[in-house]
Amino acid sequence: MLLQAEHLYRYYGKHCAVNDVSFTLTRGEVLGFLGPNGAGKTTTMQMLCGVLAPSAGQIKINGIDLLAQPVTAKRYLGYLPDTPPLYRELTVDEFLTYSAQLHGVTKKDTHHAVKQAQERCGLTAVSKRLIANLSKGFQQRVGIAQAILHYPEVIVLDEPTVGLDPLQISEIRALIRELGRDHGVILSTHRLSEVQESCSHVQIIHQGQLILNETIVALKLMMDTGIVQITTRLAPNISQLSALAGVNSIEKISENCIRIHYSVANNPTQRLTETIIAAGWELQELAPVKKSMEAVFISLIRDNES
Amino acid sequence: MKCLVIASREFKTLFLSPLAWTILAILQLIFAYVFLTQVETFTMLQPKLAIIENGPGLTDIIVPPLFGNAGIILLLVTPLLTMQLICGERRNKTLALLLSAPVSSADIIIGKYLGVLGLLLLIVALVSLMPLSLLMGGELDVGKFLANSLALSLLVAAFAAAGLYLSSIALHPVIAAMGSFGLLLLLWILDWTTGIKDQRSELFEYLSLLRHFQNLQSGLISTVDVGYFLLFICGFLLLSIHSLDNHRRFK
Repeated sequence: MLLQAEHLYRYYGKHCAVNDVSFTLTRGEVLGFLGPNGAGKTTTMQMLCGVLAPSAGQIKINGIDLLAQPVTAKRYLGYLPDTPPLYRELTVDEFLTYSAQLHGVTKKDTHHAVKQAQERCGLTAVSKRLIANLSKGFQQRVGIAQAILHYPEVIVLDEPTVGLDPLQISEIRALIRELGRDHGVILSTHRLSEVQESCSHVQIIHQGQLILNETIVALKLMMDTGIVQITTRLAPNISQLSALAGVNSIEKISENCIRIHYSVANNPTQRLTETIIAAGWELQELAPVKKSMEAVFISLIRDNES
Repeated sequence: MKCLVIASREFKTLFLSPLAWTILAILQLIFAYVFLTQVETFTMLQPKLAIIENGPGLTDIIVPPLFGNAGIILLLVTPLLTMQLICGERRNKTLALLLSAPVSSADIIIGKYLGVLGLLLLIVALVSLMPLSLLMGGELDVGKFLANSLALSLLVAAFAAAGLYLSSIALHPVIAAMGSFGLLLLLWILDWTTGIKDQRSELFEYLSLLRHFQNLQSGLISTVDVGYFLLFICGFLLLSIHSLDNHRRFK
Protein backbone atom coordinates (compact mmCIF):
# COMPACT_ATOMS: atom_id res chain seq x y z
CA MET A 1 0.00 0.00 0.00
CA LEU A 2 1.79 3.15 -1.19
CA LEU A 3 -0.74 5.71 -0.16
CA GLN A 4 -3.65 5.66 2.16
CA ALA A 5 -5.99 8.60 2.71
CA GLU A 6 -8.64 8.28 5.37
CA HIS A 7 -11.60 10.55 5.95
CA LEU A 8 -10.00 13.72 4.65
CA TYR A 9 -11.80 16.97 5.27
CA ARG A 10 -10.74 20.45 4.31
CA TYR A 11 -12.54 23.67 5.08
CA TYR A 12 -11.82 27.12 3.64
CA GLY A 13 -13.52 29.19 6.28
CA LYS A 14 -17.01 27.73 6.36
CA HIS A 15 -16.83 26.34 2.86
CA CYS A 16 -16.14 22.62 2.81
CA ALA A 17 -13.87 21.94 -0.19
CA VAL A 18 -13.16 18.28 0.55
CA ASN A 19 -15.71 16.23 2.41
CA ASP A 20 -14.83 12.80 3.80
CA VAL A 21 -12.58 11.54 1.02
CA SER A 22 -10.91 8.14 1.54
CA PHE A 23 -8.95 6.08 -0.95
CA THR A 24 -5.81 3.99 -1.39
CA LEU A 25 -3.13 3.58 -4.02
CA THR A 26 -0.92 0.55 -4.58
CA ARG A 27 2.20 0.05 -6.69
CA GLY A 28 1.42 -0.32 -10.37
CA GLU A 29 -1.74 1.72 -10.22
CA VAL A 30 -2.43 4.88 -12.16
CA LEU A 31 -5.30 6.59 -10.43
CA GLY A 32 -7.23 9.21 -12.35
CA PHE A 33 -8.86 11.95 -10.36
CA LEU A 34 -11.73 13.25 -12.36
CA GLY A 35 -14.01 16.15 -11.61
CA PRO A 36 -15.31 19.48 -12.87
CA ASN A 37 -13.61 22.75 -11.92
CA GLY A 38 -13.86 23.50 -8.24
CA ALA A 39 -14.66 19.91 -7.30
CA GLY A 40 -11.78 19.65 -4.82
CA LYS A 41 -9.21 17.84 -6.96
CA THR A 42 -6.39 20.32 -6.41
CA THR A 43 -7.15 20.71 -2.70
CA THR A 44 -7.02 16.93 -2.23
CA MET A 45 -3.71 16.72 -4.06
CA GLN A 46 -2.24 19.58 -2.07
CA MET A 47 -3.18 17.76 1.12
CA LEU A 48 -1.58 14.53 -0.13
CA CYS A 49 1.67 16.40 -0.72
CA GLY A 50 1.78 18.33 2.52
CA VAL A 51 1.25 21.73 0.92
CA LEU A 52 -2.04 22.08 2.78
CA ALA A 53 -2.88 20.49 6.09
CA PRO A 54 -6.21 18.64 6.16
CA SER A 55 -8.81 19.94 8.61
CA ALA A 56 -9.34 16.33 9.68
CA GLY A 57 -8.24 12.90 8.51
CA GLN A 58 -5.11 10.88 8.05
CA ILE A 59 -2.67 10.41 5.19
CA LYS A 60 -0.09 7.63 5.08
CA ILE A 61 2.60 7.51 2.43
CA ASN A 62 4.46 4.22 2.19
CA GLY A 63 3.09 3.48 5.66
CA ILE A 64 4.41 6.72 7.19
CA ASP A 65 2.01 9.26 8.63
CA LEU A 66 2.38 12.48 6.62
CA LEU A 67 1.14 14.70 9.43
CA ALA A 68 3.23 13.15 12.20
CA GLN A 69 6.47 12.64 10.25
CA PRO A 70 6.23 15.00 7.28
CA VAL A 71 9.92 15.05 6.36
CA THR A 72 10.28 11.25 6.20
CA ALA A 73 6.97 10.76 4.41
CA LYS A 74 7.70 13.38 1.75
CA ARG A 75 10.83 11.46 0.67
CA TYR A 76 8.51 9.07 -1.15
CA LEU A 77 6.63 11.84 -2.94
CA GLY A 78 6.94 13.59 -6.26
CA TYR A 79 4.49 16.39 -6.90
CA LEU A 80 3.59 18.51 -9.89
CA PRO A 81 1.20 21.28 -8.76
CA ASP A 82 -1.38 22.79 -11.11
CA THR A 83 1.06 25.63 -11.84
CA PRO A 84 4.54 24.10 -12.28
CA PRO A 85 6.78 25.50 -9.50
CA LEU A 86 9.60 26.79 -11.68
CA TYR A 87 12.28 29.36 -10.93
CA ARG A 88 12.23 31.29 -14.16
CA GLU A 89 15.70 32.76 -13.73
CA LEU A 90 17.40 29.32 -13.63
CA THR A 91 18.37 27.03 -16.48
CA VAL A 92 16.72 23.63 -16.75
CA ASP A 93 19.93 21.96 -15.51
CA GLU A 94 20.28 24.27 -12.50
CA PHE A 95 16.64 23.92 -11.54
CA LEU A 96 16.59 20.13 -11.75
CA THR A 97 19.87 19.87 -9.82
CA TYR A 98 18.38 22.07 -7.10
CA SER A 99 15.23 19.98 -6.82
CA ALA A 100 17.31 16.80 -6.77
CA GLN A 101 19.28 18.20 -3.82
CA LEU A 102 16.08 19.27 -2.08
CA HIS A 103 14.71 15.76 -2.42
CA GLY A 104 17.85 14.28 -0.90
CA VAL A 105 19.42 12.73 -3.99
CA THR A 106 23.08 12.16 -3.09
CA LYS A 107 25.75 14.24 -4.78
CA LYS A 108 27.12 11.40 -6.86
CA ASP A 109 23.68 10.34 -8.13
CA THR A 110 22.44 13.86 -8.86
CA HIS A 111 24.00 14.20 -12.32
CA HIS A 112 22.67 10.82 -13.44
CA ALA A 113 19.19 11.45 -12.03
CA VAL A 114 18.95 14.85 -13.73
CA LYS A 115 20.13 13.46 -17.08
CA GLN A 116 17.70 10.55 -16.88
CA ALA A 117 14.72 12.76 -15.98
CA GLN A 118 15.60 15.07 -18.89
CA GLU A 119 15.73 12.12 -21.27
CA ARG A 120 12.41 10.75 -20.09
CA CYS A 121 10.71 14.12 -20.48
CA GLY A 122 12.42 15.10 -23.74
CA LEU A 123 14.34 18.01 -22.25
CA THR A 124 17.90 17.10 -23.23
CA ALA A 125 17.98 19.62 -26.10
CA VAL A 126 16.93 22.56 -23.91
CA SER A 127 18.87 21.66 -20.76
CA LYS A 128 21.09 24.76 -20.96
CA ARG A 129 18.27 27.24 -21.60
CA LEU A 130 16.59 29.53 -19.12
CA ILE A 131 13.22 28.27 -17.96
CA ALA A 132 11.71 31.74 -18.54
CA ASN A 133 12.48 31.42 -22.27
CA LEU A 134 10.88 27.99 -22.70
CA SER A 135 7.42 27.50 -24.18
CA LYS A 136 4.58 26.53 -21.89
CA GLY A 137 4.73 22.90 -23.04
CA PHE A 138 8.41 22.63 -22.19
CA GLN A 139 7.85 24.33 -18.84
CA GLN A 140 5.21 21.72 -18.09
CA ARG A 141 7.74 19.00 -18.94
CA VAL A 142 10.29 20.56 -16.60
CA GLY A 143 7.60 20.40 -13.92
CA ILE A 144 7.06 16.71 -14.60
CA ALA A 145 10.82 16.04 -14.66
CA GLN A 146 11.10 17.70 -11.26
CA ALA A 147 8.40 15.39 -9.90
CA ILE A 148 9.97 12.13 -11.10
CA LEU A 149 13.71 12.67 -10.90
CA HIS A 150 14.20 11.24 -7.42
CA TYR A 151 12.32 8.00 -8.23
CA PRO A 152 9.54 8.62 -5.72
CA GLU A 153 7.17 5.81 -4.81
CA VAL A 154 4.13 8.06 -5.18
CA ILE A 155 3.88 10.55 -8.03
CA VAL A 156 1.11 13.15 -7.86
CA LEU A 157 0.45 15.09 -11.05
CA ASP A 158 -2.12 17.88 -11.07
CA GLU A 159 -3.39 18.29 -14.63
CA PRO A 160 -0.13 17.18 -16.28
CA THR A 161 -1.21 17.62 -19.91
CA VAL A 162 -2.61 21.15 -19.72
CA GLY A 163 -1.01 23.42 -22.28
CA LEU A 164 0.64 20.67 -24.30
CA ASP A 165 0.12 20.03 -28.01
CA PRO A 166 -1.51 16.74 -29.10
CA LEU A 167 1.83 15.07 -29.87
CA GLN A 168 3.25 16.03 -26.48
CA ILE A 169 0.05 14.87 -24.80
CA SER A 170 0.41 11.39 -26.22
CA GLU A 171 4.09 11.34 -25.21
CA ILE A 172 3.26 12.37 -21.67
CA ARG A 173 0.48 9.79 -21.49
CA ALA A 174 2.91 7.11 -22.56
CA LEU A 175 5.34 8.35 -19.91
CA ILE A 176 2.63 8.19 -17.25
CA ARG A 177 1.75 4.62 -18.21
CA GLU A 178 5.44 3.73 -18.03
CA LEU A 179 5.79 5.37 -14.62
CA GLY A 180 2.72 3.48 -13.45
CA ARG A 181 4.56 0.19 -13.81
CA ASP A 182 7.08 0.84 -11.04
CA HIS A 183 5.46 3.64 -9.05
CA GLY A 184 2.00 4.63 -7.93
CA VAL A 185 0.68 7.57 -9.90
CA ILE A 186 -2.21 9.90 -9.14
CA LEU A 187 -3.22 12.36 -11.80
CA SER A 188 -6.04 14.81 -11.94
CA THR A 189 -7.82 15.93 -15.04
CA HIS A 190 -11.18 17.12 -16.24
CA ARG A 191 -10.95 15.14 -19.42
CA LEU A 192 -12.49 11.69 -19.50
CA SER A 193 -10.44 10.58 -22.52
CA GLU A 194 -7.25 11.17 -20.54
CA VAL A 195 -8.42 8.85 -17.78
CA GLN A 196 -9.46 6.23 -20.29
CA GLU A 197 -6.07 6.30 -21.98
CA SER A 198 -3.62 6.40 -19.14
CA CYS A 199 -5.29 5.25 -15.92
CA SER A 200 -6.00 1.88 -14.40
CA HIS A 201 -8.33 3.26 -11.76
CA VAL A 202 -10.64 6.22 -11.68
CA GLN A 203 -12.18 8.35 -8.99
CA ILE A 204 -14.80 10.96 -9.63
CA ILE A 205 -15.05 13.81 -7.19
CA HIS A 206 -17.98 16.18 -7.13
CA GLN A 207 -18.53 19.03 -4.69
CA GLY A 208 -15.79 17.68 -2.44
CA GLN A 209 -17.19 14.15 -2.24
CA LEU A 210 -16.06 10.98 -3.95
CA ILE A 211 -18.97 9.69 -5.95
CA LEU A 212 -17.11 6.92 -7.75
CA ASN A 213 -14.04 4.82 -7.07
CA GLU A 214 -13.63 2.07 -9.66
CA THR A 215 -11.25 0.39 -12.03
CA ILE A 216 -11.38 1.70 -15.57
CA VAL A 217 -12.90 -1.57 -16.78
CA ALA A 218 -15.73 -1.28 -14.29
CA LEU A 219 -16.30 2.32 -15.32
CA LYS A 220 -16.69 1.27 -18.94
CA LEU A 221 -19.34 -1.24 -17.94
CA MET A 222 -21.08 1.36 -15.81
CA MET A 223 -21.25 3.73 -18.69
CA ASP A 224 -23.75 1.44 -20.28
CA THR A 225 -25.30 3.90 -22.69
CA GLY A 226 -23.65 4.69 -25.97
CA ILE A 227 -24.56 7.33 -28.54
CA VAL A 228 -24.55 7.03 -32.29
CA GLN A 229 -25.27 9.82 -34.73
CA ILE A 230 -27.05 8.96 -37.96
CA THR A 231 -27.53 11.14 -41.03
CA THR A 232 -29.87 10.12 -43.81
CA ARG A 233 -30.83 11.83 -47.04
CA LEU A 234 -34.57 11.57 -46.35
CA ALA A 235 -36.12 12.31 -42.99
CA PRO A 236 -36.39 9.07 -40.97
CA ASN A 237 -39.46 7.97 -39.08
CA ILE A 238 -38.44 8.36 -35.50
CA SER A 239 -41.18 6.33 -33.89
CA GLN A 240 -40.27 3.36 -36.08
CA LEU A 241 -36.63 3.54 -34.98
CA SER A 242 -37.36 3.98 -31.31
CA ALA A 243 -39.40 0.79 -31.38
CA LEU A 244 -36.20 -1.22 -32.05
CA ALA A 245 -34.76 -3.29 -29.24
CA GLY A 246 -31.83 -1.62 -27.47
CA VAL A 247 -32.75 1.95 -28.41
CA ASN A 248 -33.30 4.01 -25.28
CA SER A 249 -34.13 7.39 -26.72
CA ILE A 250 -33.74 9.44 -29.87
CA GLU A 251 -32.64 13.04 -30.04
CA LYS A 252 -33.43 15.01 -33.16
CA ILE A 253 -30.55 17.25 -34.26
CA SER A 254 -32.05 18.38 -37.59
CA GLU A 255 -34.53 17.10 -40.16
CA ASN A 256 -32.09 14.45 -41.48
CA CYS A 257 -29.81 13.96 -38.53
CA ILE A 258 -30.62 12.11 -35.31
CA ARG A 259 -28.76 10.92 -32.24
CA ILE A 260 -29.63 7.56 -30.82
CA HIS A 261 -28.90 6.72 -27.19
CA TYR A 262 -28.60 2.97 -26.84
CA SER A 263 -27.67 0.33 -24.32
CA VAL A 264 -24.19 -1.09 -24.90
CA ALA A 265 -25.24 -4.52 -23.66
CA ASN A 266 -27.80 -4.69 -26.47
CA ASN A 267 -26.19 -2.76 -29.30
CA PRO A 268 -28.83 -1.98 -31.93
CA THR A 269 -26.55 -0.60 -34.67
CA GLN A 270 -27.03 -3.55 -36.99
CA ARG A 271 -30.82 -3.41 -36.62
CA LEU A 272 -30.78 0.37 -37.14
CA THR A 273 -28.88 0.16 -40.42
CA GLU A 274 -31.09 -2.66 -41.66
CA THR A 275 -34.24 -0.71 -40.85
CA ILE A 276 -32.96 2.47 -42.50
CA ILE A 277 -31.90 0.67 -45.67
CA ALA A 278 -35.12 -1.32 -45.83
CA ALA A 279 -37.17 1.85 -45.47
CA GLY A 280 -35.12 3.58 -48.21
CA TRP A 281 -34.07 6.70 -46.20
CA GLU A 282 -30.59 6.42 -47.69
CA LEU A 283 -28.03 6.16 -44.95
CA GLN A 284 -25.27 8.76 -45.41
CA GLU A 285 -23.37 8.73 -42.19
CA LEU A 286 -23.24 6.66 -39.04
CA ALA A 287 -20.80 7.79 -36.40
CA PRO A 288 -20.32 6.90 -32.73
CA VAL A 289 -20.38 9.93 -30.44
CA LYS A 290 -17.95 9.96 -27.51
CA LYS A 291 -19.73 10.65 -24.29
CA SER A 292 -18.84 13.95 -22.76
CA MET A 293 -17.66 14.23 -19.23
CA GLU A 294 -20.84 16.05 -18.34
CA ALA A 295 -22.99 13.18 -19.57
CA VAL A 296 -21.02 10.74 -17.41
CA PHE A 297 -21.32 13.05 -14.46
CA ILE A 298 -24.98 13.59 -14.85
CA SER A 299 -25.65 9.89 -15.12
CA LEU A 300 -23.42 9.17 -12.12
CA ILE A 301 -24.85 11.90 -9.95
CA ARG A 302 -28.32 10.72 -10.88
CA ASP A 303 -27.36 7.16 -9.91
CA ASN A 304 -25.81 8.46 -6.73
CA GLU A 305 -28.96 10.25 -5.71
CA SER A 306 -31.41 7.51 -6.62
CA MET B 1 21.39 20.21 6.40
CA LYS B 2 18.81 20.89 3.70
CA CYS B 3 18.73 24.50 4.86
CA LEU B 4 22.19 24.99 3.34
CA VAL B 5 20.93 23.78 -0.04
CA ILE B 6 18.14 26.36 0.12
CA ALA B 7 20.53 29.03 1.42
CA SER B 8 23.06 28.57 -1.38
CA ARG B 9 20.32 28.58 -4.01
CA GLU B 10 18.84 31.77 -2.52
CA PHE B 11 22.22 33.47 -2.39
CA LYS B 12 23.02 32.57 -6.01
CA THR B 13 19.54 33.57 -7.16
CA LEU B 14 19.94 37.04 -5.63
CA PHE B 15 22.89 37.58 -7.93
CA LEU B 16 20.93 36.39 -10.97
CA SER B 17 18.66 39.41 -10.73
CA PRO B 18 19.94 42.94 -11.26
CA LEU B 19 18.63 43.92 -7.81
CA ALA B 20 21.59 42.61 -5.78
CA TRP B 21 24.16 44.09 -8.16
CA THR B 22 22.41 47.46 -8.25
CA ILE B 23 22.15 47.59 -4.48
CA LEU B 24 25.81 46.62 -4.04
CA ALA B 25 26.95 49.27 -6.52
CA ILE B 26 24.82 52.12 -5.17
CA LEU B 27 25.58 51.33 -1.54
CA GLN B 28 29.29 51.16 -2.22
CA LEU B 29 29.16 54.58 -3.87
CA ILE B 30 27.29 56.12 -0.93
CA PHE B 31 29.49 54.47 1.71
CA ALA B 32 32.62 55.63 -0.13
CA TYR B 33 31.26 59.18 -0.08
CA VAL B 34 30.49 59.00 3.66
CA PHE B 35 33.93 57.52 4.29
CA LEU B 36 35.71 60.25 2.35
CA THR B 37 33.79 63.00 4.18
CA GLN B 38 34.87 61.50 7.49
CA VAL B 39 38.51 61.31 6.35
CA GLU B 40 38.24 64.95 5.27
CA THR B 41 36.81 65.91 8.70
CA PHE B 42 39.68 64.14 10.40
CA THR B 43 42.36 65.95 8.39
CA MET B 44 40.67 69.26 9.28
CA LEU B 45 40.41 68.43 12.98
CA GLN B 46 43.81 66.78 13.28
CA PRO B 47 45.78 69.88 14.51
CA LYS B 48 43.19 70.58 17.25
CA LEU B 49 42.96 66.95 18.29
CA ALA B 50 46.70 66.70 18.69
CA ILE B 51 46.56 69.22 21.57
CA ILE B 52 43.86 67.39 23.57
CA GLU B 53 45.19 64.77 25.92
CA ASN B 54 43.48 61.38 25.40
CA GLY B 55 41.42 62.97 22.63
CA PRO B 56 39.54 61.01 20.00
CA GLY B 57 41.79 59.37 17.44
CA LEU B 58 41.50 58.37 13.79
CA THR B 59 39.26 55.41 14.55
CA ASP B 60 36.82 57.43 16.68
CA ILE B 61 36.35 60.10 14.03
CA ILE B 62 35.94 57.79 11.06
CA VAL B 63 34.63 54.36 12.04
CA PRO B 64 31.52 54.96 14.23
CA PRO B 65 29.95 57.59 11.91
CA LEU B 66 30.61 55.40 8.86
CA PHE B 67 29.05 52.30 10.44
CA GLY B 68 26.24 54.35 11.98
CA ASN B 69 25.29 55.78 8.58
CA ALA B 70 25.63 52.35 7.02
CA GLY B 71 23.13 51.08 9.63
CA ILE B 72 20.55 53.72 8.68
CA ILE B 73 21.02 53.14 4.95
CA LEU B 74 20.71 49.37 5.37
CA LEU B 75 17.50 49.94 7.32
CA LEU B 76 16.12 51.35 4.08
CA VAL B 77 17.60 48.68 1.85
CA THR B 78 17.09 45.42 3.77
CA PRO B 79 13.28 45.41 3.34
CA LEU B 80 13.83 45.50 -0.44
CA LEU B 81 16.03 42.42 -0.24
CA THR B 82 13.79 40.45 2.10
CA MET B 83 10.37 41.29 0.66
CA GLN B 84 10.45 38.55 -1.98
CA LEU B 85 11.80 35.77 0.25
CA ILE B 86 8.57 33.91 1.06
CA CYS B 87 6.00 36.27 -0.38
CA GLY B 88 7.51 36.14 -3.86
CA GLU B 89 7.61 32.34 -3.84
CA ARG B 90 4.01 32.24 -2.76
CA ARG B 91 2.98 34.57 -5.55
CA ASN B 92 4.97 32.70 -8.19
CA LYS B 93 3.53 29.43 -6.88
CA THR B 94 7.02 28.04 -6.40
CA LEU B 95 6.56 27.60 -2.67
CA ALA B 96 4.84 24.26 -3.38
CA LEU B 97 8.22 22.87 -4.47
CA LEU B 98 9.67 23.54 -1.01
CA LEU B 99 6.52 22.54 0.87
CA SER B 100 6.23 19.18 -0.88
CA ALA B 101 9.96 18.42 -0.62
CA PRO B 102 11.29 16.47 2.37
CA VAL B 103 12.39 19.60 4.23
CA SER B 104 10.91 21.02 7.41
CA SER B 105 9.48 24.51 7.74
CA ALA B 106 12.47 25.40 9.88
CA ASP B 107 14.82 24.36 7.05
CA ILE B 108 12.95 26.56 4.60
CA ILE B 109 12.99 29.62 6.86
CA ILE B 110 16.58 29.22 8.03
CA GLY B 111 17.74 28.49 4.49
CA LYS B 112 16.06 31.60 3.13
CA TYR B 113 17.40 33.62 6.03
CA LEU B 114 21.00 32.47 5.59
CA GLY B 115 20.80 33.14 1.85
CA VAL B 116 19.86 36.78 2.25
CA LEU B 117 22.13 37.18 5.27
CA GLY B 118 25.03 36.13 3.04
CA LEU B 119 24.43 39.13 0.80
CA LEU B 120 24.02 41.52 3.75
CA LEU B 121 27.24 40.32 5.36
CA LEU B 122 28.95 40.83 2.03
CA ILE B 123 27.81 44.47 2.17
CA VAL B 124 29.14 44.75 5.75
CA ALA B 125 32.47 43.30 4.57
CA LEU B 126 32.65 45.86 1.78
CA VAL B 127 32.01 48.69 4.26
CA SER B 128 34.66 47.28 6.61
CA LEU B 129 37.26 47.28 3.84
CA MET B 130 37.23 51.08 3.69
CA PRO B 131 38.57 51.83 7.19
CA LEU B 132 41.00 48.94 6.74
CA SER B 133 42.53 50.83 3.81
CA LEU B 134 43.70 53.44 6.34
CA LEU B 135 46.15 50.89 7.67
CA MET B 136 48.33 51.71 4.68
CA GLY B 137 49.11 55.15 6.07
CA GLY B 138 48.00 55.17 9.69
CA GLU B 139 47.05 53.20 12.71
CA LEU B 140 43.62 51.81 13.54
CA ASP B 141 42.14 50.81 16.88
CA VAL B 142 41.49 47.22 15.81
CA GLY B 143 39.31 46.43 18.82
CA LYS B 144 36.97 49.31 18.17
CA PHE B 145 36.89 48.54 14.46
CA LEU B 146 35.94 44.91 15.11
CA ALA B 147 33.29 45.98 17.61
CA ASN B 148 31.75 48.20 14.93
CA SER B 149 31.81 45.41 12.37
CA LEU B 150 30.13 43.09 14.86
CA ALA B 151 27.53 45.72 15.69
CA LEU B 152 26.65 46.29 12.05
CA SER B 153 26.56 42.54 11.33
CA LEU B 154 24.18 41.93 14.23
CA LEU B 155 22.08 44.89 13.16
CA VAL B 156 21.61 43.70 9.58
CA ALA B 157 20.99 40.16 10.83
CA ALA B 158 18.17 41.57 12.97
CA PHE B 159 16.82 43.60 10.02
CA ALA B 160 16.80 40.50 7.83
CA ALA B 161 14.94 38.41 10.44
CA ALA B 162 12.21 41.02 10.82
CA GLY B 163 12.00 41.43 7.03
CA LEU B 164 11.71 37.67 6.54
CA TYR B 165 8.85 37.46 9.02
CA LEU B 166 6.90 40.22 7.29
CA SER B 167 7.55 38.54 3.96
CA SER B 168 6.09 35.31 5.30
CA ILE B 169 2.87 36.96 6.47
CA ALA B 170 2.31 39.54 3.73
CA LEU B 171 0.39 38.70 0.58
CA HIS B 172 2.21 41.23 -1.58
CA PRO B 173 5.95 42.01 -1.65
CA VAL B 174 5.39 45.76 -1.48
CA ILE B 175 3.33 45.34 1.68
CA ALA B 176 6.11 43.16 3.11
CA ALA B 177 8.67 45.85 2.31
CA MET B 178 6.57 48.68 3.73
CA GLY B 179 5.72 46.65 6.81
CA SER B 180 9.29 45.71 7.62
CA PHE B 181 10.52 49.23 6.90
CA GLY B 182 7.88 50.67 9.25
CA LEU B 183 8.61 48.15 11.99
CA LEU B 184 12.37 48.67 11.81
CA LEU B 185 12.11 52.45 11.74
CA LEU B 186 9.79 52.40 14.75
CA LEU B 187 12.22 50.20 16.66
CA TRP B 188 15.04 52.52 15.59
CA ILE B 189 13.44 55.71 16.92
CA LEU B 190 11.75 54.15 19.93
CA ASP B 191 14.13 55.69 22.48
CA TRP B 192 13.61 59.24 21.18
CA THR B 193 10.88 59.64 23.81
CA THR B 194 13.49 59.42 26.56
CA GLY B 195 14.67 62.97 25.90
CA ILE B 196 11.22 64.53 26.42
CA LYS B 197 10.54 66.07 29.86
CA ASP B 198 12.72 63.70 31.85
CA GLN B 199 10.40 60.89 30.94
CA ARG B 200 12.20 57.59 30.71
CA SER B 201 10.74 54.32 29.70
CA GLU B 202 13.12 51.48 30.40
CA LEU B 203 11.05 49.18 28.23
CA PHE B 204 11.29 51.48 25.21
CA GLU B 205 14.96 51.98 25.83
CA TYR B 206 15.50 48.24 25.95
CA LEU B 207 13.47 47.66 22.79
CA SER B 208 15.27 50.30 20.76
CA LEU B 209 17.59 48.89 18.14
CA LEU B 210 19.59 52.11 18.06
CA ARG B 211 20.56 52.05 21.71
CA HIS B 212 21.98 48.52 21.58
CA PHE B 213 23.71 49.26 18.32
CA GLN B 214 25.39 52.36 19.73
CA ASN B 215 26.46 50.54 22.89
CA LEU B 216 28.26 47.98 20.77
CA GLN B 217 29.70 50.67 18.53
CA SER B 218 31.35 52.33 21.49
CA GLY B 219 33.47 49.21 21.81
CA LEU B 220 31.69 47.84 24.83
CA ILE B 221 30.62 44.31 23.93
CA SER B 222 28.12 43.44 26.63
CA THR B 223 25.98 40.34 26.85
CA VAL B 224 22.86 42.49 27.19
CA ASP B 225 23.32 44.03 23.77
CA VAL B 226 24.50 40.91 21.96
CA GLY B 227 21.73 38.97 23.72
CA TYR B 228 19.17 41.53 22.57
CA PHE B 229 20.12 41.02 18.92
CA LEU B 230 20.22 37.23 19.21
CA LEU B 231 16.79 37.18 20.89
CA PHE B 232 15.45 39.53 18.23
CA ILE B 233 16.72 37.27 15.43
CA CYS B 234 15.54 33.99 17.01
CA GLY B 235 12.18 35.51 17.88
CA PHE B 236 11.43 36.60 14.33
CA LEU B 237 12.74 33.33 12.85
CA LEU B 238 10.43 31.34 15.15
CA LEU B 239 7.52 33.58 14.21
CA SER B 240 8.29 33.01 10.52
CA ILE B 241 8.38 29.23 10.94
CA HIS B 242 5.10 29.42 12.81
CA SER B 243 3.53 31.57 10.13
CA LEU B 244 4.61 29.13 7.39
CA ASP B 245 3.03 26.23 9.29
CA ASN B 246 -0.07 28.25 9.99
CA HIS B 247 -0.49 29.09 6.35
CA ARG B 248 -0.72 25.39 5.56
CA ARG B 249 -3.53 25.01 8.03
CA PHE B 250 -5.62 28.11 7.42
CA LYS B 251 -5.08 29.29 3.90
